[in-house]
Amino acid sequence: MKLTAHIAATVILGASLCGAADSTAIGDRAPDFSRPDLAGKPVRLADYHGKLVLLNFWASWCGPCLEEMPKFSGWQREYGAQGLQVIGVSMDDDSAAARRLIARHPTTYPILLGDAALGESFGGVLGLPLSYLIDPNGRIVARYQGNGDLAKMETKIKALLAQRSR
Amino acid sequence: MNLQLIKKFTSAIVGCVLIGTANPALAAPKPATPQPAASIPAASLIQPAELAALLQSPAAPKPLILQVGFRTLYVQSHISGAEYAGPGNEESGLQRLRERVATLPKDAAIVIYCGCCPWNHCPNVGEAFSALQGLGFTHVKVMYVAENFGDDWVNKGYPVAKGS
Repeated sequence: MKLTAHIAATVILGASLCGAADSTAIGDRAPDFSRPDLAGKPVRLADYHGKLVLLNFWASWCGPCLEEMPKFSGWQREYGAQGLQVIGVSMDDDSAAARRLIARHPTTYPILLGDAALGESFGGVLGLPLSYLIDPNGRIVARYQGNGDLAKMETKIKALLAQRSR
Repeated sequence: MNLQLIKKFTSAIVGCVLIGTANPALAAPKPATPQPAASIPAASLIQPAELAALLQSPAAPKPLILQVGFRTLYVQSHISGAEYAGPGNEESGLQRLRERVATLPKDAAIVIYCGCCPWNHCPNVGEAFSALQGLGFTHVKVMYVAENFGDDWVNKGYPVAKGS
């Protein structure tokens, strides 16, 4: 009994010390969430069930993020009719910074206001940029951390959209 | 209005003005372009493995560790024992950093880090390092985070904590 309690305590302690305890491995169901967009309207990930979702975590202070966003806007225009939905999630501490940035550089896709709890639900957003591809059934099919290879990402998106239309 | 309250408020304003006048570092305006991380000399860098070993060694004296990045990142995960100092690319963050170190001896061992994004894109550590140097601190190290805090610290199994 004592041994069981000791093992349980060790597991709990280990989990509490691990900064990325929540799983978001490829093949896992993406955690559903609801966050406000820039107009304050709540948006749920589940609202996009049936679409191929590119979920992009970014921030106004993140240079590589800002380089990617025009490309993502282009993809939303080009592949939106085929079922792609890009969703941007700002991880700025101050939502005003995200609003200012988007006012100067509008996107063709919705921008939501993220927070630490949302980051933790995805196993920790512990560096930007970070993007997930989520298939029409809500499963994570790819994860891109840091300066991603956008050509490779686009190839993957095209392949997944082709699968979706079959 | 309460007379005592007015006196306290006036004293606080006079105090702030005097501090700003006496210490130019506190009143320095934030540069328009953030100091790049690449401007930090190699001798002032500490690798994550080196810092982790230092923290895990019972005999080694522990530096003051300050996260100079964004609170959203700090709340999710930070180095065990690290304090939040505020983003180095914002004047409010630099002010908080200056206040935190105001009473420390100039030879205090301090490690700052961020890890928000790849090293060459970090807008925070260069500014924070420059501010501490400007204040005369002689034992400041910056943890070199090549990619991000998740990959270079958390996923290596080094000690972390959560919360604000």
